Amino acid sequence: MENKELKQPLVQVKNLCKYFQLNRKATLKAVDDVSFDIYKGETVSLVGESGCGKSTTGRCMIRLYDLTSGQVLYDGKDISKLNKTEQKEFCKKVQMIFQNPYSSLNPRMTVKEIVGEGLKQHGMSAKEVDEKVEQLLKTVGLNKDHMSRFPHEFSGGQRQRIGIARALSVDPEFIICDEPISALDVSIQAQVINMLKNLQETMGLTYLFIAHDLSVVKYISDRVVVMYLGTIVETAETEELYSNPTHPYTKALLSAIPEADPKKAKANERIPIKGEIPSPINPKNCCRFAERCQYATERCFNEMPQLHEIKPGHKVACHLTENM
Amino acid sequence: MENLLEVKNLTFSFRTYGGVVKAVRDVSFEVRPGEILGIVGESGCGKSVTSSCIMRLNPEPPGFFEGGEILYKGKDILKMNKKELRQIRGTEIGFIFQDPMTSLNPTMRIGKQIEEVFVNKKGMSAAEKKQKALEILKLVGISDGEKRYRQYPHELSGGMKQRVMIAIALVGSPSIVIADEPTTSLDVTIEAQILELLKNLQKTLGTSIILITHDLGVIAKLCDRVLVMYGGKIVERGTAEEIFYDTAHPYTKGLMQSIARLDTAKGEKLKPIEGTPPDLFSPPVGCPFAARCEYCMDICNEMPPETYDLSGEHETCCWLQHEFAPDSDLRKVPAEKGEVE
Repeated sequence: MENKELKQPLVQVKNLCKYFQLNRKATLKAVDDVSFDIYKGETVSLVGESGCGKSTTGRCMIRLYDLTSGQVLYDGKDISKLNKTEQKEFCKKVQMIFQNPYSSLNPRMTVKEIVGEGLKQHGMSAKEVDEKVEQLLKTVGLNKDHMSRFPHEFSGGQRQRIGIARALSVDPEFIICDEPISALDVSIQAQVINMLKNLQETMGLTYLFIAHDLSVVKYISDRVVVMYLGTIVETAETEELYSNPTHPYTKALLSAIPEADPKKAKANERIPIKGEIPSPINPKNCCRFAERCQYATERCFNEMPQLHEIKPGHKVACHLTENM
Repeated sequence: MENLLEVKNLTFSFRTYGGVVKAVRDVSFEVRPGEILGIVGESGCGKSVTSSCIMRLNPEPPGFFEGGEILYKGKDILKMNKKELRQIRGTEIGFIFQDPMTSLNPTMRIGKQIEEVFVNKKGMSAAEKKQKALEILKLVGISDGEKRYRQYPHELSGGMKQRVMIAIALVGSPSIVIADEPTTSLDVTIEAQILELLKNLQKTLGTSIILITHDLGVIAKLCDRVLVMYGGKIVERGTAEEIFYDTAHPYTKGLMQSIARLDTAKGEKLKPIEGTPPDLFSPPVGCPFAARCEYCMDICNEMPPETYDLSGEHETCCWLQHEFAPDSDLRKVPAEKGEVE
C-alpha cells in the first residue's frame, strides 16, 4: 500500500465534530474529533452500533449537516467553502444511497421523475433524460416499463435499486451508502451487494459504506473504521482488523457476530461486554468505552486516548496499546 | 417424549380487497419439551402468521382458518372459546414480540405490565404479584428491579425493553415461549446478550422456545431443530446440523450461499437467489420456489412436491429427491435402479 502514501486522498475528513445543542446545558456530541482519508477506487466501511455517529459522519460529508468544527476536503477543496458553481459540481460528484428504501423515495413521483430529477437540474433536455433514465434502470436490473410506475408498486429490493439508479444518474465518483441493505431480505441483500460491487468495477466508484453487519463489511470493504460513541476507536485494512483486532471494543464486537455455522457458533465464546451504550449527551472527557471495558484502568477514566499507529495502517485509540 | 404442541395441516388465509391471501398453507410441525425450534424464512413467507396462529393472535376477520388443527397438550386451540384461550395465553404459552419499542404500553409502568398476566388469578395478593415481578426482572438480568418496576418504557433502552418483554413472556411460567424475531431491532452486542439470556433461561427453566427469525446466524447459535419456510410452506426441516451441513432443499442452499460469512474470500462472488418471492394471492400450482430454482424441472411447475424422509428428523419437500429425478448434489437418497413398476 505504499503507492497510497504518494497519492492524494479523494476525501479527507479532518477533526470532524458535529454537536447538537439540546438545551442550554446539554450538548449531544454525535461526532467528536473524527479524522480519516478515503482514496480513489477503494471502499471504506464505517461500522459501529446505533448511536455511534456513523450516519451523522456520512451526512456531514455530503453537507446534509453543517459541521460544528473541522473540515471535509474533497479533492483537496474544503466543501463548506465552495462557491455556487463549485457546489453544483460537488453535488454531481458525490451521491448518497439511503438506508430505508420505503421512506427515501417520494411516493408522489414516478420512477422516471425520481431518477431524472438530478439530470434535469444539470441541464439535460427531456429527451436526453428519458434515454439516460432508461439506461440507468437497465444498469440496476429494472426495465423501461417501470419508468411510469410509482414507488409503492415495487418491492423493497427493487426500491433500493431505484435509489441506486438515482445516485448513479449524475455519474458520481464517490457514493456514500448509508446502510443500503439493512432493510432488505437476506436473499435480496446479496443481489444488491453484488450489484454495488459490479458497479464499482465498471465505473471506478469510491464507496463509503456505513453498516452494522460486520460479515457484509468484511466482504465488501478494503478498509474499516470502527466508531464508538462519536469517536474512532480503531481503523485498519479489513484483513488486518478481522484477524488482529486490538481495541477491546472491536474484539467484543467481532466476537458478537452471529455466525451461520452451528458448530462454530456453539463453540465460539463471546467476549462479554457489560451494559449498554451510554448516552452521548455531555460525555466525560475520558475513554468513551471505559465503563464497559473489562481492562479499564484508572487512566482510562481520566484521560482521552489518542489514535496512534501500532502497525503501518493500523491505528488504535486505547491506553493499553500505547506501550506496545 | 410426548409433544407439547402439535400443528397439523394448518392453513390460514386473509380476506383482502385484492382477494384471498393464502399466508400459511398446509403446515405441520411439533414442539417437544425443552427444545428450541427455529423457523427461518424471508419476510412474507408466513413464519410470523404461523406463530401467531398458535395463540390465535391474528385478527379474525379478515383472517380465517381454512383447515388444520393445533393441539396443545392434546387440546385443540382452534376449538377453544375466548375464556379458554385466555387461560392459555401468558400462563401456558408466552409470546415475545418483534419490536420492543412499540409492543410495550407507553402509559403503564413496567411492573404493572409484567403483573398483567396475573389479573385473572384469584387468591394472589398484590405483594405476591410484585414479588413475582421482581424475581423475574432479576432473572432476565435487570439490576435494581425495585427502581425499574416503577419506570415507564420510554425510560429504558432498546435492549432493556426487550428484556422486559422476555420477563412478561416468562412471568406466568409458560411451557412454550414463542419469540418472534426477538433481536431484529437490536445492535450486535446487545443481540448477543439477549440470545445468551434466552439460551440460559431455556436451560434453567426447561421452557420450549419457538424462535422465529430470518437470520441464519441466530439459528445456528441457538436452535436444536429448524424449519425452513418459503411461500407459506415448510420446504425443509431437520436438526440444525442437518440443515447447515447436509442441506437438501435448493432454497435452503440458496440462502446459505447468499449470505456473506466471515470466511467468505474477498474475490468470491456472493450467489444471490434471483427473482422475488411468489405472490400469495395466487400461489403457484407446483413448488412455490420453482420460479427461482436453479434445479427447476418440468414437474416442479405442475405438481406440488411430496415430502421425502431423508433420515429420522430430516425431511425435504422437493422433487429432486424423487427416485426418477436426475442426480444432483442435493440428492440424498440414491436412485434405486431397475425397480420401476
